[in-house]
Amino acid sequence: MFSYCTDPSTLDGLKWLSCYLTTGKHMSFYASFGTVLALLAITAPVALLFGFAGASAARARIAPIRWLGKSYTAIVRGVPDIAFFLFFVIALDQAFEWMRHKVKCPDWDQPIRQGSDFIVCDAAKLPLSSSPQWIHEAYGFSLAVLTFAIVFGAFAANVLYGAMRAVPRAQLETAEAYGMSHRQTFWRILVPQMWTYALPGLSNLWMILIKATPLLFLLGVEDVVYWARELGATKTAKFSDYPHGNWHMQYFFGLLVFYLAFTSLSERVFKRISARLSHGQATAAGEAQRKAAQ
Amino acid sequence: MSCTETIQNFAFRSIGYGERMLPRTDFTLCEHFTLIGSGMIWNIYYGLVAILFGFFAATGLAMAKNSENKWLRKPAEFFIYVFRGSPLFIQFFFAYAVFLSLKQSVPALQPLTASWLGATLVLFCNTSAYSAEIFYGALRSIPKGDLEAADAYGIMGWTRFKRITWPTMLRLAWPSYTNEAIFLFHATALVSFSSFPVWQQRGDALYYASYFADKTFNPFVPYPILAFYFILLTLVVITIFGAANKHLNRHLPQERRKKVRVKFNIFR
Repeated sequence: MFSYCTDPSTLDGLKWLSCYLTTGKHMSFYASFGTVLALLAITAPVALLFGFAGASAARARIAPIRWLGKSYTAIVRGVPDIAFFLFFVIALDQAFEWMRHKVKCPDWDQPIRQGSDFIVCDAAKLPLSSSPQWIHEAYGFSLAVLTFAIVFGAFAANVLYGAMRAVPRAQLETAEAYGMSHRQTFWRILVPQMWTYALPGLSNLWMILIKATPLLFLLGVEDVVYWARELGATKTAKFSDYPHGNWHMQYFFGLLVFYLAFTSLSERVFKRISARLSHGQATAAGEAQRKAAQ
Repeated sequence: MSCTETIQNFAFRSIGYGERMLPRTDFTLCEHFTLIGSGMIWNIYYGLVAILFGFFAATGLAMAKNSENKWLRKPAEFFIYVFRGSPLFIQFFFAYAVFLSLKQSVPALQPLTASWLGATLVLFCNTSAYSAEIFYGALRSIPKGDLEAADAYGIMGWTRFKRITWPTMLRLAWPSYTNEAIFLFHATALVSFSSFPVWQQRGDALYYASYFADKTFNPFVPYPILAFYFILLTLVVITIFGAANKHLNRHLPQERRKKVRVKFNIFR
């Protein structure tokens, strides 16, 4: 990075540190924070979408759709979600490969499960064995995103379902009295009003989502935990220009501080959003705002 | 090998009794059930110890956070903030690194680097922080009339805490505390995936489940079995905590008793 970094063994003190912290591997480490933020930025809206679909399905008037929505929200109850993470990554991967296999190689006559192996034809492999490294990484990352979205979508569905039921019944009855159809009532009355009831649950969920991001490591993505383990491990002079002892403690302390800062920042943002959403609502918070403004 | 033999060989494999070698090929359903069930011994151990000690620590922390004395309140607030604001997974990694370096300077602290003590300690701190927040909330919502009545009867200090404050706090906090206990048991599944080493393949339930999934490349058998065990454990926790809830609420008229409502799984 800097011009004086060509021979690190002659450096010491701050100069050494400045060189050490700007090596290529450290750049990847810093970039992995971007991976975490990217995961959050993609997962949160997708999970919210899944949750919205699940909650609407759980309220549907057609029974099979309602059962589908209810079982989606119920399935995450009672089981540690880390088990879901480990399960879905393999299960989704196999499901995709199986579907591609059915389409691309219809005349394949061997069974797919042979003892302990899962074998599909070469054309159905995901990603293709000939594709470049970045496609492999992108595929792994998108599997992780999908897994997070499925699990957190179920949580969000639970929250949104509760929020939809919390909207005062009188509001919906008024809408019906004005002659709105079921669909119009849903989109014009229920959905705009439910957010103030959903916000405490959703903000809680966001905190949980932040705190679940280290699990990316278990899903095989090179995330912050991966790099902290990699960089913090003991380095000998033989294999590294920057030999040092076991620095796991320092690196994980850094991660701890990062997550603490991130969660407290989110908490502050949610306080603001909550104040804005309760504006003009018939809730205790809204009433307090009205009194304060007078 | 019949299923009875499998159970004899592997039922206590996770704590070091029975067959040394794990099954390697031709996994039967019986082996799946026995080994994953054997791993549950560790999950139950972590959860029980952490909850048992965490309960008292949480009461103390909640009292400290509620105290007027700055020197008591600030440390308690900081402890709760740190453990609730960061992922448990990172806490495990960080604690393991700290314990490792402690071991190097003080050899007597060696057991801390083993999961039976180290991981339990982290889980204990974590559940103390989460439960303390629940207890603190309950402490703040004790009806003020109850405390005034105690004052009027001349019940003060320790007696007031023992007779009025603490039972009321527990009663109000119990439904949320039940959920916390369930989540803690679920959180124990993380232990073998944090850096605490699994010695001689004596792992917890998820360790064996992922062992099977890795070997067979078939997630559709071991993970549902794991789920089955955890649902069973959850039901047991709900039953026990429900009984305690009944006991705490026994003086109230029927309709004012708060039911324990189990909420959805929360990750930390």
